[in-house]
Amino acid sequence: MNDLFNSFMTGPDENGRFGDFGGRFVSETLMPLILDLEAEYEKAKTDDSFWAEMDDLWKHYVGRPSPLYHAERLTEALGGAKIYLKRDELNHTGAHKINNVLGQILLARRMGKTRIIAETGAGQHGVATATVCARFGLKCIVYMGAHDVERQAPNVFRMRLLGAEVVPVTSGRGTLKDAMNDALRDWVTNVRDTFYCIGTVAGPHPYPAMVRDFQSIIGKETREQLQEHEGEGRLPDTIIAAIGGGSNAMGLFFPFLDDKDVNIIGVEAGGKGVDMKMEHCASLTGGRPGVLHGNRTYLLQDDDGQILEGFSISAGLDYPGIGPEHAWLHEIGRAQYVSITDKEALEAFQFCCQQEGIIPALEPSHALAHVMKIAPDLPKDHIIVMNMCGRGDKDIFTVAKHLGFDMAESD
Amino acid sequence: MTRIDRKFEELKAAGKKAFVSYIMAGDPDYDTSLEIVKGLPAAGVDIIELGLPFTDPMADGPTIQLAGQRALAAGMTLNRTLELAAAFRETDDTTPIVLMGYYNPVYSHGVDKFLADAKAAGIDGLIIVDLPPEEDSELCIPAQAAGLNFIRLATPTTDNKRLPKVMENTSGFIYYVSVTGITGAAEAEAGDVGPEVARIQAAGDLPVIVGFGINTPEKSEAIAKVADGAVVGSAIVSKIAEGQPVDQVLAFVKTLSDGAHRA
Repeated sequence: MNDLFNSFMTGPDENGRFGDFGGRFVSETLMPLILDLEAEYEKAKTDDSFWAEMDDLWKHYVGRPSPLYHAERLTEALGGAKIYLKRDELNHTGAHKINNVLGQILLARRMGKTRIIAETGAGQHGVATATVCARFGLKCIVYMGAHDVERQAPNVFRMRLLGAEVVPVTSGRGTLKDAMNDALRDWVTNVRDTFYCIGTVAGPHPYPAMVRDFQSIIGKETREQLQEHEGEGRLPDTIIAAIGGGSNAMGLFFPFLDDKDVNIIGVEAGGKGVDMKMEHCASLTGGRPGVLHGNRTYLLQDDDGQILEGFSISAGLDYPGIGPEHAWLHEIGRAQYVSITDKEALEAFQFCCQQEGIIPALEPSHALAHVMKIAPDLPKDHIIVMNMCGRGDKDIFTVAKHLGFDMAESD
Repeated sequence: MTRIDRKFEELKAAGKKAFVSYIMAGDPDYDTSLEIVKGLPAAGVDIIELGLPFTDPMADGPTIQLAGQRALAAGMTLNRTLELAAAFRETDDTTPIVLMGYYNPVYSHGVDKFLADAKAAGIDGLIIVDLPPEEDSELCIPAQAAGLNFIRLATPTTDNKRLPKVMENTSGFIYYVSVTGITGAAEAEAGDVGPEVARIQAAGDLPVIVGFGINTPEKSEAIAKVADGAVVGSAIVSKIAEGQPVDQVLAFVKTLSDGAHRA
């Protein structure tokens, strides 16, 4: 176990491990590819021209930096801690996903890859990948669970408009994990020209570290912006983000890992409740360590090591695993992980619309629900920063259904 | 010396190539698959690859995926898979069994306990698809120490620079994956495979068995000719999926093994 004199920001080690988590659990066919990718990423990481291109695209194409917004009415209504929202839902394509996609596509270009594949759950990563592929004229194939294709029709149409081929995945149970399996099957078949653009901080090394590095722009900006609001040297007291695979959370958390006074909270999808077997997606609070999709991490699984399907109102959190760095932060106790039910997330969703005029995605609604739980009992000078990682346009159909509002009849 | 090593000595002495068959344990159910496994040696199978069902078989095509789903739906588990192997061992003490699957069920069982249980069940070797040499400390090294062969996959992407690393802790035989891709998809071509097999044979002294994309007696023969043996999986599993009776499945296996043994 690490002590606080050591940095929490040095991982992963040369084997892609965060403590016991992470690693490179892939078939031999893919192994040379991920070693190539690692070498290319290590080169890019210290190449100023790579980051200059990223910065330029982040600024002019994505619209970064995203604002850090003092949510005054929310703060007042909860009557405790001072709440800031990191507005990553204002990014081009409506979520944090594009931060990472840009980085990976620039790498793919450097590696001479011409065909991009991706997996998607809610469709946000698929839309972001299709968008950047259109921007650079690259062929894009998105694997999406057949079940998700049905419930996320607007995003499927968006991807097709952007020129991507959307492949409905029927293998397994047709959800995000099956989409990831099929993307890996595609990659293993088309090794020479294809780049696999993973949407979260999971998968074999170097993906968890690489995606985290690209998403860290969220935390870096937050750190600077909070000082503009609150004075030099002021750090947040608590930072909170929702977690499916955990990329927006890792992006917010990472730059604060060594600030031991910053309290870090990740919010998992509790579905119908974590005590209900298979009716949630809370890998850390309801799962145990295992190996899937190239890394060792906490997984929802049965006694035989068979992977279980998660359940959540939010398709973006519907994944039976979690990034290995989160698993490590959980085990060493540097971050705290909690879960929020569908019902609590829906209440937070509506509260945010009414109090702040912001329609949040269902994913950050989980984080907000936890803010609503803890803020009232905290002092007024306690600063919470929550990552508003996506906007809710994609979710209005789901929410309408749950609130008993018939979209077809009320035009 | 394991049953696998002995089998290859025997084949070498007889001047024969090896025929290896794959079926998923518990597909379509425990009893039927045990009956098939028991019939494989008489159908000319030299080494039995027994699939360990897993929900997320990332390197497998639809045929093997569905076989795993059928087995799981029929209640198959790692423990039941080992029971099946043990039941086979009661009737046959010489035909090697290689367990093939993914790491999570093994990890979930506990590596030490798994190795003891597998050994007790009469398993001779392991092929764990998602454990490359980079993760050797997980299972490969402990398995060799426990007296089980750890059989590694080499692929068209395994270049000469990487090959020694792949060979290093491998025992029993090398499984050459003839195509980049998943099981049961593309067709293997003897013309492409031959030079690759020669390259791997030259890098060590282990037999090189070729699998993926072999689905007919002719292909079995052509591939076995340019290697130390051939593996057929999806083509056999397809017959089981069609609901063919056990004797017909075994008759088909016999045509494939005859192909390889003609080589």
